[in-house]
Amino acid sequence: MVTLQFVPYNEIEDLGSARRVKKLIDIVKENKIVLLQGRLKKEEETDLISIAMEEIGAKFKGIELAVINPEGKDKSGLKKMRNNFFGMLLGDRQGLTVIGPATIVKEIKKDPNKIELLTKEGKKKK
Amino acid sequence: MINIVRSFINKVLRGIFKKKKNFKLGLYGPPNGGKTTLANRICKDWLGQDMGTVSNIAHETREVQIKEEISIKSKGKELTFNLVDTPGIATKIDFEDFIKSGMKEKQAKERAKEATKGVIDAIKWLDEMDAVVIVLDATKDPYTQVNVTIVGNLQARNIPVLIVANKSDLKKADIKKVQAAYPQYNVIGISAKYGNNIDQFYEGLFAIAG
Repeated sequence: MVTLQFVPYNEIEDLGSARRVKKLIDIVKENKIVLLQGRLKKEEETDLISIAMEEIGAKFKGIELAVINPEGKDKSGLKKMRNNFFGMLLGDRQGLTVIGPATIVKEIKKDPNKIELLTKEGKKKK
Repeated sequence: MINIVRSFINKVLRGIFKKKKNFKLGLYGPPNGGKTTLANRICKDWLGQDMGTVSNIAHETREVQIKEEISIKSKGKELTFNLVDTPGIATKIDFEDFIKSGMKEKQAKERAKEATKGVIDAIKWLDEMDAVVIVLDATKDPYTQVNVTIVGNLQARNIPVLIVANKSDLKKADIKKVQAAYPQYNVIGISAKYGNNIDQFYEGLFAIAG
């Protein structure tokens, strides 16, 4: 059985970068797949990889990560600027970040507006 | 606004110190993309020697390696840099994958441990780079989250980037797919192993070095 845990953005918005990343990693280490509303900052994404590496051990083998960003190429400059501005103030709530434990999630494929999550058991979920 | 100010300060500082310190050119990318093969190609072409060992098994490079004072010349211009070959960045490492590649358990566990440290070191080194070449395997999906994360981080740090679609000698290589995935960057298809299109790659280095 696979457990998905939805994390709304407001659950992490008041946390500092280190605590945000730790909160997400802690959920993943419980063998749950995190569905985070929005996305982390770019620097936090690399922190997430670094922390995942530090945590690797007998039971935890790392993570699978995917971000779906709804920003299409057709978005006008003004819209992009507005989104960047609000993103800077309020955090990037657009899109969806999927983080799963590598022991359960074999691969995450983006296509680009849907996510295919291939689990180790070979089941396919959408 | 903070990002704009930070970007401006970075650019000014980069401009001031660029000539004084050694220019660091980093090779980044996922494991087995051909970073060390490219590093060897550059070192062979300009120093007459190899830089590191290559292998079909992932995470052969597990420590950051530096070759100092490489001078390349093209069309009357000269560029001197320190070449930094980094371990492949991955989000997961399982020693059992190394066992499947034929390693003994103890050796596989050791390799996995070193590989995790290598990924952490590679990420730490991002801040040190003046320019980065991202080496992607052109036979594989270019749009993986690891690749996107590396590119996004370099963009956030205002570090100039050149993307190399390596292994162009292989039938499955799809340079156009890599170019389509990163349309905002200069993507050059090469074969680091055989030196195909390597002159265009060197021209690309001059472009990102400013």
